[in-house]
Amino acid sequence: MPAETLGTLDILLQILQRFMPVWIALAVTMGGGYFIRDRLGQFGRLYGSRIGLVGLGIVLFWVFTAIFADLIAVTGPVDQLSFTAKKAVPGTIDAEKGVVLLLGGDNLARDIFSRVVYGSRIVLIIAPTATLIAYMVGSTLGLPAGYYTGFVDTAMSFLANLVLAFPVILLFYLLVTPEVREPVMVDLLLFDLPWSIPIAMSAIFFLFPIVFLCLLWFTKYEKNKQRLQVYLGVTLVLGIWVYLGLVFNADPTGLLSMDPNELNVFAAVVFVSSPAVFRVVRGLTMDIKTRDYVAAAQTRGERPWYIMLWEILPNARGPLIVDFCLRIGYTTILLGTLGFFGLGLQPESPDWGTMINHGRSFVRLASTAHIALFPALALMSLVLGLNLLADGMREESLKD
Amino acid sequence: MTMFILRRIGTMLVTMFALTFVVFYLVNLPGNLEKIAKTEGNMRMTDAEVQAWLDAEGYGRPFFTRYAEWVTNTVQGDMGYSRVFREPVAEVVGERLYYTGILMFWVMIVMVPGALIIGVLAGMREGSPLDRSLSVGSIASTSAPEYVTGIIFVVIFSSALGIFKGIASTRTITFENFTLPVLTMAIYGMGYIARMTRASMAEVMTSQYIRTATLKGMDFRMVVLKHALRNALIAPFTVIMLQFPWLLTGVVVVETMFNFKGFGWTLVQAAGNNDIELLLAISWIAVIIVLATQLISDIGYAFLNPRIRVS
Repeated sequence: MPAETLGTLDILLQILQRFMPVWIALAVTMGGGYFIRDRLGQFGRLYGSRIGLVGLGIVLFWVFTAIFADLIAVTGPVDQLSFTAKKAVPGTIDAEKGVVLLLGGDNLARDIFSRVVYGSRIVLIIAPTATLIAYMVGSTLGLPAGYYTGFVDTAMSFLANLVLAFPVILLFYLLVTPEVREPVMVDLLLFDLPWSIPIAMSAIFFLFPIVFLCLLWFTKYEKNKQRLQVYLGVTLVLGIWVYLGLVFNADPTGLLSMDPNELNVFAAVVFVSSPAVFRVVRGLTMDIKTRDYVAAAQTRGERPWYIMLWEILPNARGPLIVDFCLRIGYTTILLGTLGFFGLGLQPESPDWGTMINHGRSFVRLASTAHIALFPALALMSLVLGLNLLADGMREESLKD
Repeated sequence: MTMFILRRIGTMLVTMFALTFVVFYLVNLPGNLEKIAKTEGNMRMTDAEVQAWLDAEGYGRPFFTRYAEWVTNTVQGDMGYSRVFREPVAEVVGERLYYTGILMFWVMIVMVPGALIIGVLAGMREGSPLDRSLSVGSIASTSAPEYVTGIIFVVIFSSALGIFKGIASTRTITFENFTLPVLTMAIYGMGYIARMTRASMAEVMTSQYIRTATLKGMDFRMVVLKHALRNALIAPFTVIMLQFPWLLTGVVVVETMFNFKGFGWTLVQAAGNNDIELLLAISWIAVIIVLATQLISDIGYAFLNPRIRVS
C-alpha cells in the first residue's frame, strides 16, 4: 500500500521542531551556567573543556527530553495507529489519524519517535536512582572496610569479589525467572507482606539509604539534640514510608508503589553495581585516611564514623562524582542488556533495551532496520554523553 | 610466590563453592522444579502428581544431600544430562566451548593489537590532535555496548551494503559471516584497553629516563619503541586479562544476536528452558574462567613488574 511519506530533510526539520522545549531549556541552563560558572565548583570548570561541555550538553538534552516528554512525543508510548503505520519507514504519514511517524512505526504500529522519547523517562529515572542506591550501599560498606581494614575488610572484600566473579547475565536470568520472582504472601501476625528473592534483596538494599542518612545526621549533630531529633524524625518517617511503599507495596496511604518488574530490575542492577562502588570507595578511603586532617580529627577524639562520613567522604567527592557519571552510563548499559534479553520491564514498556529486543529480529532487512536502530542510537548517545562528561571533569580536576 | 598462588587458589575454591551453592539453590526453587515436572510430564499435572514425579526423579531428597551429590559427581567429571539438548552435559558444553573459543580467538587477535597500537599512538604525545581524536574515539567505543554496535553494524554492512552476513553459523566459519560478530565484540573492549594503554604510556613518557634518552639525541621513534613501550605495556596486560569476564557477557549478547550457537547461546537456552544440570555446569565453568583470569593477571603483573614483590 503506497502511504504518503516525507523526505529526509522534512523529517529532520520536524524532529528539530518537536524538540523545541528541549532546545530552549538547554540554552537557558547552559547559557545561564556560563555566567555563574565560578560558583558551580566542579561543574563550572567544565566550561574550560570542550569534550566535557559536549558531554554535558548530550546528558542535559536527554534529561530535558525526559522532563518534557509529554510535549515532545506525538502519541502515547503504547498507542497503536492504523495498519499503514505497521513497520512503516521513517516519515510515513498514518492514513487514519494523519500522524507523521518521524522515525517510522514498529511491528505493532506504534510510533517509534514517541516511544524513544518516553523511553528516556524510564531510563533516566531508573539508572540514576539505582546508581545512587548502589552508591549508598557501596559507601556504607566501603568506608568502614577501608578505614578499619583487617577482618572487616577481608570479609566484605570477599563478598564483593564473589558478586563480581558472577557472570552478570546468568545472575539476571536466575533472578528474574518468573518462578523466582513470584511474590509469596507471608503472614506476619499483624499484616501480610509479599516475599520473594528480589523483594528480599531490595528490602536489604533500600535499607541502606535510610541507615546512611541516619548515620550522617547522628554523627554531625550528636551534641545538638534538638536538631538531631528533627533530622532523624523526618528521615525515618519519610524513609520508612517510601521503603514500605516501594519494596513491599504496603504504603498505608496507597500513594507510593512500584511495579514488581521494576523492583526486580532495581534489585538486579543495584546488586551488580554496589560491589564495584564498594571497591572504589574502599580504595579512596585507604588513600585519604593517611592525610593530616584525618589524624587531626582522630587526635580531637572524633568518633570513627564522624571521620569517615564528614572528613573522608567529602574529600573523596571529586573522583566519586566522576565515577558516579561513568557508573550511570554503565547502569544504562545494564538496563539495556536486561531489556535485550527480555528480562527487564513489561514487554510493552518503551525503555530502550526492550525496544531493541523487539526490533532486533527485523534488523536484517533494510526496510525494517529502523525499529531497533533508533533506540540503540538513543542509548548510545546517552552513555556517550555521560562518558564524555566524566572524562571532561576528570581532565579538569587533574589540571591543578 | 608459591604461597601467594596457593592462597589465591584456596580463595578461588571457596568462591566456587559459595557461587555454585547459590546457583544450585536458585535453580532448585520449588517453582523451577514444578516447571520441569510439567514440561517433562504433562502440563496438566496435579500438585500430587508433580510431587510424585519429583520424588521419583530424586528431586524430593533433602537439599544438602543433593548438593553434595552434585559436587561429587561434578568433581568426578559427570555433569549430568541436558534436558534441552538430550545429550550429556559434558558433551554439550565441550562442543559449545570450542565454538566460542574460535570466536574469542579472533576477537583477541583483532582487539588486543588494535587497542595497544591506538593507546600507544595516543599516549606517545599527550594532548596532541592525534591523542584528542583517538581518545574521543575510544570513549565512543566504550559507550556503545555490544547490542548497540551489533545492530548498527548489521544495519550498515549487512542490510544496507550487503557486504557481510548478519548471521554467524558455527558450521561454516568464513570471513563473510564472522567479521561482524568479531568486530562487534572487539570494539567494546578495545576502547577500554586503549584508554588504559594511553594512560600508562602518557605516564611513562613523562619519566626521567625517557627525557634522558631524548636528550642524548635519540630518535623519537626509537625512544618510543625501545624504552617506553616495554614499561607502558605492563598495566594494559592486567586490563586485558580482566576483560575476560566482560567478554563473557559480550559473548552471550553477540551469540544471541548473530545466532552463533556457542557457549553464550547455550547459556540463554539453558536459562530460558530451565535446564538445571546444564545451567549449573555453565555457571561453574564461567566462574572458573573469571577467577582463573584474575589469578593469571595477578601473577603476570607481579612477574612483569619487578617493583611488586609478593611476600
